[in-house]
Amino acid sequence: MKKNSLILAILLFPFFIWNNSYAADGSFHLDNAKIDLDDQQSLQRGARNFINYCLNCHSANYMRYNRLQDIGLSEDEIKKNLLFTADKSGELMNISMDTVEAKKWFGANPPNLTVTARSRGKDWIYTYLRTFYIDDSRELGWNNLVYPNAAMPHVLWELQGTQVYKDNQLSLLKAGVLSEQEYDQFVLDTTNYMVFMAEPAKLVRHKIGYFVLGFLVILLILVINLKREFWKDIK
Amino acid sequence: MERKNNLMTWVDERLPVSSFIKNHLTQYYAPKNFNFLYFFGALAIVLFALQILTGIFLTMHYKPDALHAFASVEYIMRDVSFGWVIRYMHSTGASLFFVVIYMHMFRAIIYGSYKQPRELLWIFGVLIFLLLMAEAFFGYLLPWGQMSYWGAQVIVNLFATVPFIGPDLAEWVRGDYLVSDATLNRFFAFHVIALPLALAGLIFLHLAALHSVGSNNPDGIEIKLTKDKKTGIPLDGIPFHPYYTVKDLIGLTVFLIVFTTIIFFMPEVGGYFLEHNNFVPADPLVTPAHIAPVWYFTPFYSILRAVPPIFNSQFPGVAAMGAAVLILFIVPWLDKSKVKSIRYKGALYKKWLAAFVLSFLILGYLGTVPSNIWGQIPNFIPLLGGLDLATFVARVFTIVYFAFFVLMPFYSKKDKTKPVPNRVTS
Repeated sequence: MKKNSLILAILLFPFFIWNNSYAADGSFHLDNAKIDLDDQQSLQRGARNFINYCLNCHSANYMRYNRLQDIGLSEDEIKKNLLFTADKSGELMNISMDTVEAKKWFGANPPNLTVTARSRGKDWIYTYLRTFYIDDSRELGWNNLVYPNAAMPHVLWELQGTQVYKDNQLSLLKAGVLSEQEYDQFVLDTTNYMVFMAEPAKLVRHKIGYFVLGFLVILLILVINLKREFWKDIK
Repeated sequence: MERKNNLMTWVDERLPVSSFIKNHLTQYYAPKNFNFLYFFGALAIVLFALQILTGIFLTMHYKPDALHAFASVEYIMRDVSFGWVIRYMHSTGASLFFVVIYMHMFRAIIYGSYKQPRELLWIFGVLIFLLLMAEAFFGYLLPWGQMSYWGAQVIVNLFATVPFIGPDLAEWVRGDYLVSDATLNRFFAFHVIALPLALAGLIFLHLAALHSVGSNNPDGIEIKLTKDKKTGIPLDGIPFHPYYTVKDLIGLTVFLIVFTTIIFFMPEVGGYFLEHNNFVPADPLVTPAHIAPVWYFTPFYSILRAVPPIFNSQFPGVAAMGAAVLILFIVPWLDKSKVKSIRYKGALYKKWLAAFVLSFLILGYLGTVPSNIWGQIPNFIPLLGGLDLATFVARVFTIVYFAFFVLMPFYSKKDKTKPVPNRVTS
């Protein structure tokens, strides 16, 4: 038995210690985004932020507007407040910007953001949106610490204010509408929403999982006893 | 009761159902001393069935079209009722299939289940393993993410290294000058019909061969040699049904607990079962900085990378990778030991086996990371200075991997074996 558990330990070992890290463009240290998918208010604020600020250049066209009902919004609320780019709530989150034009303007086509939280990870998004700084050498005047030479300008500068990067440190040159704490929360809500949007099933996955595991544990007890009953005459 | 018997007789006169059940279940005698390693064969069958079943439902919604493939997978994940469960079952099932198959092969190796009279059984098994690798490779292109695309690009380019006909061969496989819609469509055809069909046939042959020679066991003793004189039933054998069907239920339930834990709580397994970069749609113009195959191919990928090019040709690496799998076919004839099971083999064999398992795991790990991960060997060291340390380590363990097989005829002969008992031990 000892030998068996040793073999098992060796085989399972890779899954516990190796973590295939997200593809990093730089080695910049990412802040931990403490998101909470059970916090519906945060998710709703994040949806508002995303649709108002991101969903003009970036599309999210694997996601349907009416899926926002999963985070507690009613169909009416979605129609009244969030349908800027569509007529019906069953439509996908498309944008009207032409991709060929977009490439001319920005030098790169703004990517579809539906599943970005799964390719980049939550921490990347959270840190990326907080580390824009003024850089006159760039065409649009902005640069980023997490994603150096990103084509995207700092869309949220009115909210955060403008930052400069000097002596390996970011500092606020001009304050924005939001305080630092408020801005961090704004980005955190947005990140939270993007994690939900990347995999809406995540909201129910764990709950179903506990039921399934509960069922299987009971089944295990039954089949162990069944086997014992059948095997008691085998020596 | 009378009626049922009549019906059964009627069927049996036309199709030998009752005798089949007798010969292969209720009076098919398996050794009574199987341990947990013997669960994996049954689990592989269950997984094969599950992959087919979930695959059928995925095929109903998936679109094998370069313009729509990625979006159709997201459609399955969002708009198809419980599509995400089906998709995660299929993606997790693929990875666990390899866990199960590797354990199944490991068991066959340590208990000498490939030795006479089970050579053909083993060969069918290795063929299944080969086809399974192809099946997984074709399937991995279908989500049409960056890793799907560039992984396929790398593997198809391996054909281009074949001397003389290489580039033409690679183009023929792709159906285009680069991986494209044409490639996706043919990979889809192979993944959903050609290979599953071939696999089903081989699994049938694998089982037919098994039932004709009977199972080996952890002691490596032929139970058919000691039979009850009156009944002719092996003394150490018990009917497969009900004894092993109820026992396999335990293995199956434990497996399902692991399986569903992954599906519901960690479907990506930290980027090993579903790679992060595969959530970016395929882009022929953007090569990812680090292309890593899924974990189950990484030991072989490591071997590919470890072998240095000769005369500017990468072919030796490709040949080594192929040889690493193909060498399994001749294992029954490489092992010259008098005993089958590791229980009666000596220390020499055990050391070689440990070295082999270690090299497989280390090569597997190295295949998931860039080769400069551990930095370079300092320049003052002659011959090796400047070489990536990880590449050097991969080369050493590639040699160990092959040495386990190539030197087997010598060390298995020299190894001091213990006497084998006549009856199985518990």
